[in-house]
Amino acid sequence: MSKAKPPPTYESPFQSELDEATFATAAEERVSVATQWQLMWWRFRKHRLAMISAFVIIAFYLVALFADFLAYADPHKTEAFRSLIAPQPIHFFDEGRFSPHVFALVGKRDPRTFKRVYEPDPTQKVALRFFAEGYAYKFLGLFKTNRHLIGVEDGNAEELIFLLGTDQLGRDLWSRMMVACRLSLMIGLAGVALSLVLGVLLGGISGLYGGAIDTLIQRLIEILRSIPTIPLWMGLAAAMPRDWGVVQVYFAITVILSLIGWTDLARVVRGRFLALREEDFVLAAELAGVGQMRIILRHMAPSFLSHIIAATTLALPNMIISETALSFLGLGLRPPAVSWGVLLQDAQNIQTVAISPWLLSAAIPVVIVILAFNFLGDGLRDAADPYG
Amino acid sequence: MTIRSNSGAPLLEVRNLQRFFPIRRGLLRRVVGQVRAVDDISFHIDRGETLSLVGESGCGKTTTARCILRALKPTAGEVLFQTGAGEVVDTASLPKAALTPYRHQMQMIFQDPFSSLNPRMTVFDIIAEPLLASGIKNRDQRRARVENLLERVRLRPEFMQRYPHAFSGGQRQRIGIARALALNPSLIVADEPVSALDVSVQAQILNLLLDLQDELGLTYLFVAHDLSVVKHISDRVAVMYVGKIVEIAETDQLFKAPKHPYTEALLSAVPKPDPRLRSERIVLQGEVADPAHPPAGCYFHPRCAHAIDRCRSETPPLEEVLPGHRVACHRARELSLKGVDAPPSPHPQQLRTL
Repeated sequence: MSKAKPPPTYESPFQSELDEATFATAAEERVSVATQWQLMWWRFRKHRLAMISAFVIIAFYLVALFADFLAYADPHKTEAFRSLIAPQPIHFFDEGRFSPHVFALVGKRDPRTFKRVYEPDPTQKVALRFFAEGYAYKFLGLFKTNRHLIGVEDGNAEELIFLLGTDQLGRDLWSRMMVACRLSLMIGLAGVALSLVLGVLLGGISGLYGGAIDTLIQRLIEILRSIPTIPLWMGLAAAMPRDWGVVQVYFAITVILSLIGWTDLARVVRGRFLALREEDFVLAAELAGVGQMRIILRHMAPSFLSHIIAATTLALPNMIISETALSFLGLGLRPPAVSWGVLLQDAQNIQTVAISPWLLSAAIPVVIVILAFNFLGDGLRDAADPYG
Repeated sequence: MTIRSNSGAPLLEVRNLQRFFPIRRGLLRRVVGQVRAVDDISFHIDRGETLSLVGESGCGKTTTARCILRALKPTAGEVLFQTGAGEVVDTASLPKAALTPYRHQMQMIFQDPFSSLNPRMTVFDIIAEPLLASGIKNRDQRRARVENLLERVRLRPEFMQRYPHAFSGGQRQRIGIARALALNPSLIVADEPVSALDVSVQAQILNLLLDLQDELGLTYLFVAHDLSVVKHISDRVAVMYVGKIVEIAETDQLFKAPKHPYTEALLSAVPKPDPRLRSERIVLQGEVADPAHPPAGCYFHPRCAHAIDRCRSETPPLEEVLPGHRVACHRARELSLKGVDAPPSPHPQQLRTL
């Protein structure tokens, strides 16, 4: 809009009121013509915690994407001689120069308990290399490679590096945690995607048509929500055939989780529909002869889309924590699948917790991701209605 | 001020319009009663005329307005609308789909300038939407029309890329008016178009409506609760009480010599700018009757100072007591009620200087 153009003159006695808005500053003008997404972004940007959380979540999904690259040991390779090794610190400097290395471990038998213990030997330094070769995998599922972020010059990374220690079967915990990100984070996305479809569809129908259909769907939601979740999951998980593969179980778990998860979203969508149906601007569009489909897409959808995004973000951590809880209880994913819940299964008894507390480290990413999603959801919810 | 057509039929004739809202209770949502929001009202509006519908909140004036536009389906009655082609259609009985060709001939101006504009659409999209719905696919054509409309409502066309939140209440109301005008309607139903605005802005919007009526030959059904607003812009006034019209007359006649005690009470509440003219205010006793359980006889009798036994048992019909002046009161002919003998309604030019 050019400012140079002389304002047209009107034969109007209330020119002053009109001029008020004419001479807006450039900054005000920017707000005046901003779309709702711009306004939302400007508001969201001010929510510092949510911004940080957004970056944390992006980082986690990047880890999930490049899990094999960030791992250095084959997450499925077991070795009885390496069981329950404690985490091993990285030394970044060697005699004043940057040269990351770890001390090699020497396994000994404790003469009193006959337990195998590992002690670092400061004389044997294992130099770490970036982009070293390791076990073979498919990068992004596309092409085969064996490059990893860290590794050792020559020799086998599985035998030498134990950043977070190993589990009972001698599998490297760091590598397993990287790979676990993939299943744990994706099951959240898949579950929410399914819930979203069900929720928007049923909630939309409920809010749009009202009457008997609405009552039916609302009662269904109430019944579903009144079922105690853990017994329901246990029952459904028990019904799953034992011989199903990892992928089949994964999908079954997703379906089970979204069976309950859609109810929340359906309520949000229904509530927005009911509120919007009464809005004057919707009536105005109806009176102007605008078709119902266009009213829904052009007038209603943009107003509740932002709310749905916020609700979805707040539903994701529920999914993730449900998966973790189910797998922890042995009802969800089962080994050989690797997820945070499966990893935590190893830490179920007090013995492990007392002797090898590093097995609990899989709980840390769970807590971080859940918190980050909640903060992000809060920020999005605050920004969702820029006109409120 | 107004252009009256000589052709016989009025632009809009409402006959025995009723709209009840069912009261549902219990698990099975059984209907246990009816709220008689609009209970058997009839009136007409001539082409180029402004009829005001006045009453307390909850008396059914907005419901009436919405029934006329078929935003609500009337329970019973006829809404006879004379279309541009000269034929008369009953919009109350037509199926919703069959209404489409007549939709654009009656449009609405809303009370709330904030909720009536979609905050997520630009001014251009808001005003152009009716055009798009009526089949004008050419964007340049719509653009030219929107520019023209914005000038008509005295807004700068450059503003059309802005979103509604950049405007003040009065400016938003102008946008709403522009949208209502987009399809060249003959009837505009204005549902309290100024009651959400500052008093200073009210006069501007009222003047704009008057100017537009002159320029475009519009007919207004003006819903209001404020008699002082009504006085300046209407030709005739209908007073509603609990879903019924209790009095309908030419504006001057109604203000000078009201025939219904309720109208008298409303008039006594009109603020007068001259403190010396301050008259005694009639404060009505009791509450407005519940439209779900209206009292027997005249609905107004529990609050009426002039009620007699007949009022408690017999519903008064709306009768013509003077030419063009109809009242629903048993004692309309005998009572002498106090009107407002304020100076004649100020000319619009005067209004502007308010």
